[in-house]
Amino acid sequence: MATKTVRPKKLKITVRGPGKTPIRLIVNGETHEVLVEPRRTLLDALRKDLGLTGTKKACDEGTCGACTVLLDGKPIYACMVLAIECEGKSIETIEGLARNGQLHPIQQAFVEEDALQCGFCTPGQIMSVKGLLDENPQPTLEEVKRALSGNLCRCGAYPKIFKAALRAAKLLESRNTQGSH
Amino acid sequence: MPKVIKTKTEFEGRVVEEYVVVEGEGLSAWEAQTPLRFVGKRTPRIDGPERVTGKAVYTSDVQLSGMLYGKILRSPHPHARIKKIDTQRAEKLPGVRAVLSFHNTPTISFRRQTFLFDQIVRYVGDEVACVIADDEEIAQDALELIEVEYELLPAVFDPEEALQPSAPKVQPDGNLLNGQPEIYQRGDLAQGFARADVLIERTFKTQCALHNCLEPHGSVALWEGDSLTVWDSTQHIFGVREGLARLLGLPLHKVRVIKKYMGGGFGSKNNLGKYTVIAALGALRTGRPVKILLDRHEENLATGNRPSSIQHLKIGAKRDGTLTALELKAIVAGGAYCLWPPSVGGPARQLYACPNLKTEQYTVFTNTGPLSAFRAPGYVEGTFALESVMDELAKELKMDPLELRLKNYTEIDQTTGRPYSTKGLREAYERGAKLFGWTSLKKKGQGVRGRLRRGVGMASQIWSGNGMPPAYAIVKINPDGTATVITGTQDIGTGTKTILAQIAAEELGFPIEKISVEIGDTQLGLYAPLSAGSMTVASVGPAVRGAAHDARHQLLDVAAQVLEVPRESLTISDGLFSSPALSECVAVPEVLKNLENFMIIGRGAREPNPEDVAVNTFGAQFAEVTVDTETGEVQVERIVAVHDSGRVINPLTLSSQIEGGIIQGLGYALFEQRIVDRNTGVVLTDNLESYKVPTALDIPEIIHEMIDRPDLKANNLGVKGVGEPPIIPTAAAIANAVADALGVHIYELPLTRDKVLKALGENHA
Repeated sequence: MATKTVRPKKLKITVRGPGKTPIRLIVNGETHEVLVEPRRTLLDALRKDLGLTGTKKACDEGTCGACTVLLDGKPIYACMVLAIECEGKSIETIEGLARNGQLHPIQQAFVEEDALQCGFCTPGQIMSVKGLLDENPQPTLEEVKRALSGNLCRCGAYPKIFKAALRAAKLLESRNTQGSH
Repeated sequence: MPKVIKTKTEFEGRVVEEYVVVEGEGLSAWEAQTPLRFVGKRTPRIDGPERVTGKAVYTSDVQLSGMLYGKILRSPHPHARIKKIDTQRAEKLPGVRAVLSFHNTPTISFRRQTFLFDQIVRYVGDEVACVIADDEEIAQDALELIEVEYELLPAVFDPEEALQPSAPKVQPDGNLLNGQPEIYQRGDLAQGFARADVLIERTFKTQCALHNCLEPHGSVALWEGDSLTVWDSTQHIFGVREGLARLLGLPLHKVRVIKKYMGGGFGSKNNLGKYTVIAALGALRTGRPVKILLDRHEENLATGNRPSSIQHLKIGAKRDGTLTALELKAIVAGGAYCLWPPSVGGPARQLYACPNLKTEQYTVFTNTGPLSAFRAPGYVEGTFALESVMDELAKELKMDPLELRLKNYTEIDQTTGRPYSTKGLREAYERGAKLFGWTSLKKKGQGVRGRLRRGVGMASQIWSGNGMPPAYAIVKINPDGTATVITGTQDIGTGTKTILAQIAAEELGFPIEKISVEIGDTQLGLYAPLSAGSMTVASVGPAVRGAAHDARHQLLDVAAQVLEVPRESLTISDGLFSSPALSECVAVPEVLKNLENFMIIGRGAREPNPEDVAVNTFGAQFAEVTVDTETGEVQVERIVAVHDSGRVINPLTLSSQIEGGIIQGLGYALFEQRIVDRNTGVVLTDNLESYKVPTALDIPEIIHEMIDRPDLKANNLGVKGVGEPPIIPTAAAIANAVADALGVHIYELPLTRDKVLKALGENHA
């Protein structure tokens, strides 16, 4: 029987490191070039290399959600991806929400409902709510709880975080209806 | 003129006596019917926008030019002597700037008889050495290159074993804190038990719980000449300053401690940590600023815990429910280093009228991570045992549990004989029972729905929360008509800044938007106590009111002369002066603009506590649960809470405290526990995957109300604390509800599925 060798397609592998390597990150619509070790997480790149300390580091191992950011629109834990994996992708952080000194409706709802105590998990909670409302503008309470189940709040602000998420949905809806007129 | 007085005050179940300086005139508290514009109004946090935009700079966010990072090498052994530390390989790694250990640092005493870098390690996680490097990754790599030679020593993890004479000694003087149990007694215990118709004796166990505040413990240290500045994630900037100055041999004024925002503490950040001192030493050695932030694993090993307890409780009562005697013997596992005993016996001593009583507490050193304060230390554990046994007593007497509690109600503090300044517990019981539907649910009895069983339970709360002097504040009135409150307290996430702004706005007659608050920096010079013991508002708030009062009077004095109107005719409201002698209102800047940059500075100090009454906080919580009899899972459906903490300043942030306390109490009741391997002393739950804190999916319906009655004797605001009260009765109420559902009580927390199924099995058998 004749055998036919199937050659795998040639994979294009780029070796980065050891040592620092230049990468390009698109954060809140702005492009940044930074020099990082390949092992640097997106979280550390945001905090240390770009000075965007709004995204918090609480566990650094994907168990708390404090470092939630949006990567191509989806909420992810920034401690669980390497910065080099995020090249060319759109990264949205808490610093990108307020525009012209005006709080984003989600931020406004968090303040009005007192959906925070120490505030350390808050940027992550807000980014998870943003991820949810971008996808599902009118969530139910159950959907809010599910969407936030990966964001721990040790102070126990949960009841007010739920309220804030639902209030934010309303604020965004009224803003959108007003905007369409 | 400043006055020096001696004052006694209760802090977390312990009475403290000290000299304090007070100044200014004593103001009486606003009466309940006094109309107020800002105090008592739902006010969103004034620093909310910073927190929701990521602009708030926490200690962990501080990045200084040239800053280095420190990582601590921790002991892998529960008890060992360090024979040798070889740091040569680590030091050679590029980017490593220093490796600190007992070989090359001064011998600094830390926690009584032990040292900053001690040659004996006493628990898995104890500090051994510290690498200072250009970045965290390098420091981490270098840790693996340090070679330590240990001589292993026998270890003990169980507190009862540690009390045996043959047990390995954790501390040089033995394993019992202070060498003797802490004993309190009153009346005649034997006679009390002899007079009882019913006796109940039970043993309760509570687990070790970990704080897991989301912002890790950490500090940044910077030397400028011989002055040290430290950014620290702390609940007590002045305490950290004192500790650093003492340990490093510096005068107090050469140490500055800053804490602007903090990501949770819950008591674990009350004291100076070793990492802070090490960061200061590292910065001194390298001549560059040094940051040390603990990671999540270190948080779970080395930053404190609510210690486990074993509580033997015996209670005697007459047939009508009147308590005749109560005896508690508690053993508390203090861990390797422990400076004070949490008051596990506090609730037993205070909650009910009981003439014959003894509490005996053994706080024991073990080769495990050290205890620290954790939101209402001792009282959460003690309330679980006491309120469980009260439920069992009610069952025995065939009384409604609430009725039994009312039967033993007291208006007199049982430990001092003083009447309470105010006590709203009876009303809390009544309102809570009504909101919850207690009577009808109790009548209905256990609900059975397929494999689900419903149960209801309740529990009571007592705690201090009276606040204390010394606490000082100033209020500046700026020429532009704004005012700045300055005090050395810290906002640990409870909303302190907002509350101080509300108080200042009220007293000044300014709009709240005109008030800013500066806190969290020892260099401001105005001492305030640690933010713990539910005492921030009751300690600092009255000082701020005093300062605002002084500032307003100075402002009126100045304005009367500028406006040329009689002083007594002039009033201020909404930032506007008015007087019958003026044709129209005049704004504050109009008056101050001609005085160059003259600034009014009002001073205030916290008044002493009253001597003739006991000031305490109270509350009652009711829980409804369903228990799945096949899986053993407990679902908390509903918690109703009614608390009395005196006047409410901000109903919005207060309600966050209540909900947060209940949610932490729920985690403690159902699933939080540190598990230590009994052979190696290794913490098996050293991360947020295995240490279960409540998530969004665990949250029950929470309904809460406040009695909201100013305590006119407590202080010039009529306020008492609220941070800790809500966590105190939650676990007890849930445990009583689970007992109601199962028909049998579980005596050990947390109420995990294995325990529930075991209890069901035993009950069935």
